[in-house]
Amino acid sequence: MDKTWNNKAWFMVLPVLVLVAFSAVIPLMTVVNYSLQDTFGSNVFFWAGTEWFQQVLGSPRFWNAMGRNLIFSFIILAIEVPLGILIALNMPRRGWGVPVCLVLMALPLLIPWNVVGTIWQVFGRTDIGLLGYYVDRAGIDYNYVRDPYDAWVTVILMDVWHWTSLVVLLSYAGLVSIPDAFYQAAKIDGASRWAVFRYIQLPKMNRVLLIAILLRFMDSFMIYTEPFVVTGGGPGNSTTFLSIDLVKLALGEFNLGQAAAMSLVYFLIILLLSWIFYTVMTNREAGN
Amino acid sequence: MARIDLDHIRQSYVEHPRSPDDYALKEVKHTFADGGAYALLGPSGCGKTTLLNIISGLLRPTEGRILFDGRDVSALSTQERNIAQVFQFPVVYDTMTVRENLAFPLRNRGVPKAEIDRKVAEIIDMIDLGDWADRKAQRLTADQKQKISLGRGLVRSDVNAILFDEPLTVIDPHMKWMLRSQLKVLHKRFGLTMVYVTHDQTEALTFADTVAVMYDGQIVQIGTPAELFERPSHTFVGYFIGSPGMNVLPAKVEGNLARIGERTVRLPGRPGGNAAAITELGVRPEHVRVGREGMPVAIAKVEDIGRHRIVHAALDGHQIAAIVPEEAELPAEAHISFDPAGINLYADSWRVEMGA
Repeated sequence: MDKTWNNKAWFMVLPVLVLVAFSAVIPLMTVVNYSLQDTFGSNVFFWAGTEWFQQVLGSPRFWNAMGRNLIFSFIILAIEVPLGILIALNMPRRGWGVPVCLVLMALPLLIPWNVVGTIWQVFGRTDIGLLGYYVDRAGIDYNYVRDPYDAWVTVILMDVWHWTSLVVLLSYAGLVSIPDAFYQAAKIDGASRWAVFRYIQLPKMNRVLLIAILLRFMDSFMIYTEPFVVTGGGPGNSTTFLSIDLVKLALGEFNLGQAAAMSLVYFLIILLLSWIFYTVMTNREAGN
Repeated sequence: MARIDLDHIRQSYVEHPRSPDDYALKEVKHTFADGGAYALLGPSGCGKTTLLNIISGLLRPTEGRILFDGRDVSALSTQERNIAQVFQFPVVYDTMTVRENLAFPLRNRGVPKAEIDRKVAEIIDMIDLGDWADRKAQRLTADQKQKISLGRGLVRSDVNAILFDEPLTVIDPHMKWMLRSQLKVLHKRFGLTMVYVTHDQTEALTFADTVAVMYDGQIVQIGTPAELFERPSHTFVGYFIGSPGMNVLPAKVEGNLARIGERTVRLPGRPGGNAAAITELGVRPEHVRVGREGMPVAIAKVEDIGRHRIVHAALDGHQIAAIVPEEAELPAEAHISFDPAGINLYADSWRVEMGA
C-alpha cells in the first residue's frame, strides 16, 4: 500500500501530546527526579542514586503494606466476582425489572468515593450507626475503631457494596448478548442448569469477566479514599494499604525521596501484575 | 418417531387476544404422518417458526393441543418430548471440541460411553468433519458450525421428530445442495419424521414430499410440489411459488367465459359454486403464450435468464409476465393467449373448482 507522507499530520496529534505531557509525562518525570535526589528544600538537590529505592525495598513497613494490599485484593476478588456473576444470572432479561435492576446496581458506582467512606464510617458506628448499633445489640463484639479484624470486615464489606455492581453490570452485558437460540438448543439437547452455565454462559462472559477482574484488581490495589475515610489506616497499621502508606510517607513525614521511590515501585508492580493477569487470561482463552 | 397431530393450535403473543389479528398463528389443524418429510414454506413473519417452536415445546400454544402418536404432549417440556431441532444460526458450545459438541445431547441423557463413541463417529463421518473432530468448535467457520448443529440434531436416533428452522441460511450454495441431499438420504434410511421450515421454495420443494404453505398465520395449502404449482388454492401460493409467480388478474365470469376488462377468455369448464363471487383469474407465466393471436399487449421488458426469457407486458394496464423459449420470436404487435389448462379462478383469494 502506498503511504502518503505529510509532516503536517504531526500537528494533528500535537494537542493530545501536549495534554498528555502536562498530565502524565511531566509529573512522572518529576517523581523520577525526586526518587534519585535528596533535598532539604530551597530547591537545593543532592544526587542520591539508588539509595531511596534500597531503603524502600529493604523496609518491612513497605512489604507489610504490600502484603495487606495483596490479601485485600485477593479477598475482594474472591467475593465480588462470584457474587457479581450470581447476581447477574438472577437479574431479569426483559420487562420492567430490567431498568429497575440496572439503576439499583448502578447507584453505588455513582456515589463519590469519599462519600462511600463517610456512609460506612457512620453506618458502622456502634453509637449511632445502623449496622454497628444492631450488631452490637445482637451481642456481637464489633468495633472497627479498636479491633483490626472488625476494621478489615468493615472495609471489605464496604468495597463489596461499592464495587460488586461493576462485576454485575459487565457480566450482565455478557449474558444479554447470548442469543435465545443458545438456550433453546440447550433445552433441546437436554442440558442441565449447570451445563448451561458452564458451556454457554461462562464462555460468553469470558471477555467481560477478564475486564472486570483486571479493573477490580487494579482499583483495589490502589485503594485509598474509602479506607482512609473509615479507618484512617488503623487501628495501628492494620488497614494501611500501599497508597495510604505512600501518602503518610510523602505528606505526613515529608520524606519526598523515599515516597517518590516507593510510588515508582508501586507503579511498576501494578503494571507488572496487570500485565501478568492479562497475558495469563488471554493466553488461556487463546489456548483453548 | 411419531405421528404429530396439531389440534386447533392458536398462538398469540398478546396477553389478551381479542381479534383474529392478535394471533400470530390463526388456527392450525394438521397431521404430520410418522416418517414423513414435510416443509413449512412461507415468507418471514407468517408464523412458521412459531409453529415449529410449538411442536418442539419451546413455546406453549395459547390454545389447542399437540399429540404425539395420539398422546397429548401439550404440557410436556422440550426434553420430555424428545425432539431434535436445528436453528437458523449455528449454535455450538465454544469451549468443547467438535466431538464433545456432538456427544453433548447423548451425554446429557446418560447414554453409555461406547454407544456415544459409535454414534458420534458415524455423525462426524457423515457431516465430513473428521479432520476437525478434536478441535475447539469456536475456531470453525460458520458453515462448519452449522454442520455441527445439524449433527447434534441427527445424533439421537430415537427422537420423535427432527425440526429444521431454515438451517441452511448461512451455508454456501454448493454445500447447501450436498447437505440437503444428505438429509434426504438420512430420512430414507431412518424413516424419521422431519419438518423443515424455509422461505426458499427450491429448498422446500426438493426436500419435502409434502409442502405446507403458510401465509399470515395459517396454512393456506398442503400438497405435493406439483399440486402447489398447478393448482394453487390461494392466490398467495400462486404468487409465492414459481419464478416469477402466478399472474393474478381481476376478472368476471359468465358461464364458461371470463372477462378481463374488455377482453374475453374461454375457460376449460364452468366454475362450480357462486360464479358471481369470483373476482380474480390466475395463470402462471409458463401457461401464457406470446404470439400473433389473442389479446393485444404492450411489452415493457424482456429478461433473458439463459434457459428461457421472461416477458413483462401490460394487458389493459395490468402487469402480466410470460415465459417464452429462448429461440421464440417476439412479434412487433404482440398478442397473448392463455393455455386453458393453466387457468385458475379465485373468489376472495381462494380457488374455485371448475367443472367440465
